[in-house]
Amino acid sequence: MAESGACLDCLRRSWLLAALGPYVERIATGEVGSRSPELLRLSNEELVEVAAPKVAEQMLGRIAALGEGRLNEELLLADCWACCRHGDLYPAPLRDAADAPWALIGRGDPALLDGLEPFGAVTIVGARRATSYGREIARELGRELARAGMVVVSGMAFGIDGCAHRGALDGGRTIAVLGCGPDVAYPASHRGLWRQICEQGLIISELPPGAPPWKWTFPARNRIMAALAGMTVVVEAARRSGSLITMDLAADLGRDLGAVPGPVTSRASAGPNALLASGAHVIRDAQDVLDAMLGPGRQLERPDPVASLDPELQAVLIAVEGGASTCDSIAAATGLPGGGVAAAIARLELLGFLACSAAGTYSRSLQPL
Amino acid sequence: MGSHKLAPFAVLKNLFLRVTRESKPPSVAVVLATARTFTLDGISARPVRVEVDVHRGLPNFAIVGLPDAAVREARERVRAALVNCGFEFPLRRIVVNLAPANLRKVGPGMDLAIAAALLSASEQLPWEGLAEAALVGELALDGSTRAVQGALAMAEAAREEGAKELVLPAENGAEAALAEGIDVLPVEALGQLLALAEGEWRPSRPQPLPLLPSVAGGAPDLADLRGQPHLRHALEVAAAGGHSLMVVGPPGAGKSLAASRLPSILPPLAPAEALEVARIASACGRLGSGLPGGRPFRAPHHTISAAGLVGGGQPIRAGEVTLAHRGVLFLDELCEFRRDALEALRSPLESGEVSIARVGDQRRLPCRFMLVAAANPCPCGRGEADPDCTCSPYEVQRYQGKLSGALADRIDVLAAVRQPSAAEIGGAPGETSAAVRERVCAARERQEHRLGAGRCNAEMTPAEARSCPLSEGGVSLLADLYSRQRLSGRAHDRALRLAQTLADLAGLGEIGEEQMAQALQMRRRDHG
Repeated sequence: MAESGACLDCLRRSWLLAALGPYVERIATGEVGSRSPELLRLSNEELVEVAAPKVAEQMLGRIAALGEGRLNEELLLADCWACCRHGDLYPAPLRDAADAPWALIGRGDPALLDGLEPFGAVTIVGARRATSYGREIARELGRELARAGMVVVSGMAFGIDGCAHRGALDGGRTIAVLGCGPDVAYPASHRGLWRQICEQGLIISELPPGAPPWKWTFPARNRIMAALAGMTVVVEAARRSGSLITMDLAADLGRDLGAVPGPVTSRASAGPNALLASGAHVIRDAQDVLDAMLGPGRQLERPDPVASLDPELQAVLIAVEGGASTCDSIAAATGLPGGGVAAAIARLELLGFLACSAAGTYSRSLQPL
Repeated sequence: MGSHKLAPFAVLKNLFLRVTRESKPPSVAVVLATARTFTLDGISARPVRVEVDVHRGLPNFAIVGLPDAAVREARERVRAALVNCGFEFPLRRIVVNLAPANLRKVGPGMDLAIAAALLSASEQLPWEGLAEAALVGELALDGSTRAVQGALAMAEAAREEGAKELVLPAENGAEAALAEGIDVLPVEALGQLLALAEGEWRPSRPQPLPLLPSVAGGAPDLADLRGQPHLRHALEVAAAGGHSLMVVGPPGAGKSLAASRLPSILPPLAPAEALEVARIASACGRLGSGLPGGRPFRAPHHTISAAGLVGGGQPIRAGEVTLAHRGVLFLDELCEFRRDALEALRSPLESGEVSIARVGDQRRLPCRFMLVAAANPCPCGRGEADPDCTCSPYEVQRYQGKLSGALADRIDVLAAVRQPSAAEIGGAPGETSAAVRERVCAARERQEHRLGAGRCNAEMTPAEARSCPLSEGGVSLLADLYSRQRLSGRAHDRALRLAQTLADLAGLGEIGEEQMAQALQMRRRDHG
């Protein structure tokens, strides 16, 4: 598999980027490395000259000395494979981008890239610091889009990214684009998710196995995420969030933008709300995404599970949706006796409509089992 | 004026001369005297025999037999007390041995016994009058007695050792009188010991301390908790079934207030239990003027060490869990407690006793208590749902990870509370402790009838829990949850125990669907 897709030059580029990690980190400062997509347009020689002028020759010499056998062996050891912009496996959507990665290192099922078209994939981005609302929506979007046959692309970060992947794993196919080597589970507490995506989905990166993440590698991988999919949806993001960089990059490529509306008082929804104001698609559920990408008509099967509940249970559900999170506040909002509320909560939790946190508070869950 | 001033000196001098002149001529024979006393070890008393040997030789006073500093300093106290009470301190070579020699002796409680044995050895005290007695007590320099710790345990130990009477400081009299089957002889000063030994005087038995004090007017009452119906219910259920409880909520929501009211709704102590509590309080010197009111309530600060929490040290001291025996141990800010301290709580919670191993020996201290924990929902305390919460998701994740890690598997009931509304705070006081306690007692009676005396639902074995009578609705609800793999085996049993308590509170013969559903809502979830 390792020999399949990538030519030596493109592979060397990946290893060069990894070697330049700390040097690029120094010059890509400013707004959390937002210059990195520009830098990555440069050729090898220019990039080295800009980032590491003092060690330029050594660096280029070292990269030139990397042989095909050694690189393939490293890929093989990390259980990874590679494809490059000259190969067939290289995803077509990426070719649109001027700063597209030369090579992609993958781990997992390469079939997900095979024949990937922009309208077959949706990128979901959002804040790491997400509210339970954002996490629920991300999960729901991920699952429903995957069920509808879409490939869900995200970045495996905390918060929205992780939830989108988890949802997509429930429903179908997902691709995680990492800012480190594909064999590096970052963030470390997402190791379980990483393993699951390796097994059931696909992990790609332009960095070689073992490469650690740098600040500048995240905007760099954002450009891959933006380019891979026909539409990028932001679920929650603060005003100056890295997720908005992805939206900008997607807009530059002429991709569709979608945003999930949130309360105007919520800082976590400031980014999507601003995008909506400037004309992004309103995304309330997976159907909105499908309508925007494929045109109206492609229907999702969505029976309303809430309608079949007892009126008492529905009242409790409405109270929780209205912000009541403890037994007392739910009882106050519904006017039901304490014992009745407790029983209703237990049933709703059993049916999967409510989730209980470790702190004992309840929130609406969108996943009726 | 001048002669007037001199007079007291002359009197003193005369007195001094008279005392020395009247004292007996020094005996040449080797004299040995012994007295019985006790030293405190954890919360129990160990018998110690004081042997005094008075030799001819250079004047010296040595104490041997593993005394700690307080015991060794008895030399100075005894010497001063004897002289100041008009006795003679023999100017000879005195050796005091505390047997058994391998037991570490602690505290000043052996002063009285050493003084008595010394008086007997120097033939200033007829020992026959005290032959059946054990003596404990600290001496002041003027010869008066001072209270010791653990008088109750010592009185009981003296009875076990076959002593007929126990001489002890007057302040300890009421406490020691709780022990039956032994004569308690409180003395106020060393001089009374002589009168006692000569049979001229004998104090009457003091009135024992009241073990079950009537509830005082200003005692903490559950009526102080306004609003918070869910928290009230959780407290009632926890008290009725002996379930451990965790309250999560923002600062100022009434978590500590609620926890401190829990002892007032627990059933009153049985006489035997009250004696256990008194014994522990006595050994820790906390039984001064009266019991703090029924069941103990302990709220250690979160910086406490593992040894402070479960007991330990050298000499062994009882920890907070033992002080909370038959009462409530309240851990406020559970997540802030040191991990090792919480881990140390596990086996005491399970077994109801602390076992502390020391070289070649093991002490067991009782600790059957109800655990109540409180925590904030996130590091800033407001809770994720609050828009003002400034905690990052990492912090919340880490914090809630601690919540579900720290002892969580030992906690049955989880109650989330919010800040009470202004109307609730200003509203009428809630139901009183007495009213709630009545329901709790009735529920406990049902449990004891079913499980045996002194047992409660929280202690049910898995087999007992699974044999609880369930209504059809309850069965189907539980089975549904279990088959959807929303419930582990342990959580299944925990829900059953809670449901049984709810049924007991409601006075039902079997667990209805309503109780089952409520129990499923109240139980702590297995997270992570």
